[in-house]
Amino acid sequence: MTVSATIPVRRRSPGPSRLILGLAALIVALAFGVSVGETFIAPEVIWKTLSNQIFGTDYPLRPIQEGIVWNYRLTRAIVAAACGAGLAVSGVVLQALLRNALADPYILGISAGASTGAVLVMVLGIGAGALSLSVGAFAGGILAFSLVIGLARAAGSGIGLPQAGLIILSGIAGTQLFNALTSFVIAQSANAEQVRGVTFWMMGNMSGVRWPDVRLAVPVSTLGVLVCMAYARALDAFTFGAESAVTMGIALRRTQAVLIGVVTMITATMVSITGAIGFVGLVIPHAARFLVGVRHDRLLPASALIGALFLVMADVVSRVIVPGQVLPIGVITALVGAPGFAVILIRGRRQRA
Amino acid sequence: MIRLEEASWRVGQTAIVQDIALHVRKGETFGLVGPNGSGKSTVLRLVAGVLTPSTGRVRLDGIDQSRLSRRRAARMVAFVAQQADTSERVTVRDAVELGRTPWLSMLRPFGPGDDRIVVHALARVGMSDKAERYWQGLSGGERQRVHLARALAQEPRILLLDEPTNHLDIHQQLSILRLVRKLGVTALVALHDLNQALECDRVGVMQAGRLVACGPPAEILTPDLIARVFAVRANYLTDPADGHRLIRFALSED
Repeated sequence: MTVSATIPVRRRSPGPSRLILGLAALIVALAFGVSVGETFIAPEVIWKTLSNQIFGTDYPLRPIQEGIVWNYRLTRAIVAAACGAGLAVSGVVLQALLRNALADPYILGISAGASTGAVLVMVLGIGAGALSLSVGAFAGGILAFSLVIGLARAAGSGIGLPQAGLIILSGIAGTQLFNALTSFVIAQSANAEQVRGVTFWMMGNMSGVRWPDVRLAVPVSTLGVLVCMAYARALDAFTFGAESAVTMGIALRRTQAVLIGVVTMITATMVSITGAIGFVGLVIPHAARFLVGVRHDRLLPASALIGALFLVMADVVSRVIVPGQVLPIGVITALVGAPGFAVILIRGRRQRA
Repeated sequence: MIRLEEASWRVGQTAIVQDIALHVRKGETFGLVGPNGSGKSTVLRLVAGVLTPSTGRVRLDGIDQSRLSRRRAARMVAFVAQQADTSERVTVRDAVELGRTPWLSMLRPFGPGDDRIVVHALARVGMSDKAERYWQGLSGGERQRVHLARALAQEPRILLLDEPTNHLDIHQQLSILRLVRKLGVTALVALHDLNQALECDRVGVMQAGRLVACGPPAEILTPDLIARVFAVRANYLTDPADGHRLIRFALSED
């Protein structure tokens, strides 16, 4: 059996050119996101605004246009990109760790728990500012995820990985519970007008995003993606299950703790800024797998890029699809995501058969 | 090479395996036999470090397994479990490349040396021509050979195999066991087929979580012991063609 000479040594495909292409596409999408809206803003105005703001040039612009570009649309587009990248990467990580094609922060109840945590912080007025909101969201997200995993394990075999269906069912139960808690707290709160509405926390909304949000969302999602990238090989090792990963040298508890911590951090931060946006973490990883395969060293950056692109475009659609009205961005992602979910379910069935 | 010192593993109060004392020597192929649920897989998982003994110890080359980092342990021991499946669209080569995981890091990425090891591992299990095939399209026997190649790519000194001949046709069964013996690594193999166990250097017999006998197969696997542990009648026959001995089984009540 000396066929070894006939196997070509695999060429590691050059990722960088595609990565640059993706980044270029993202910049174009951001520009598109800034120029399209209730009023169209010419690309020239965008560049001039950026130049004025960043390099201190002095192009004459109408202050109102410059304001829209710099304070409203640009912040919104950047946060959408950071949020899309972060949620998509979270989906990839959860799908790998739980070995479940349907896992994502929204379905597993992490987003709903984060909403509840954030709402509680708002209503109870613990601390102040964006950071404590994110901290509350993080606590809520971790609590929700622990409950969901605990329920799935209690309903399943006890040890090891819960069955695929069980964890999704537990996730649904967790989501319902925490969404109900969020609604309850909002309904009960005396200062209801200060607290953002129920739809914000359940469907997501990008309006009201400003520069402080950018300064929170961009570092968190960048850091999150980098940490997950550092664990790309470990995520690959989960292909044949956690036990097999251990025998290939993965420190299971540390890896799970770090990655679930990072995923919850990303999700909680995004939820505290934009509310719970669904389906990004579910559908984007599958699209990325279709394009670049299952290896995480390529899947993670590809998912981050596609997720960023997707959410920037979804935000544009949410602003223009109904004239004179801005839809919650979660409506758009669900309109795309729910059929995507169906496709994954059907394909999964075919694979098991 | 592998030494279990009074190792037990419990779930709550129930002992799954109890007081296992076992020494597998360097280069030896050691067969572990016993009825279903007797604790063979648990012993393998204790040695692999997937489980930590509730009491007692597992030593590899003298080092306590639980004190090793997972990475160092994985460079020493490779484990082929039963039914490790995936729904991901991985190719045969992807799966085998996973075996390099304990040798790689961010500073030491997958290189040509690793590629040679992977290619060699594929060739050793006869899967070279199927390297680009997808996992989902493989037969049970092919999957088992891919797992073996993945384990070989780990370059372990100890190979743990949990019923590796399940799902294999008879030719594959014989060739996998011969391959394991030829590798020259220390191998601890859980086996179902007692005739296959006869080919091992030594065997250990498990019953209800305990190791009840241990030694060269011809001495240990007596009709008497087989009757006691497996509840079947066993007779040794001799193949007139080459004088090879084999066991024939019948239900005790027959």
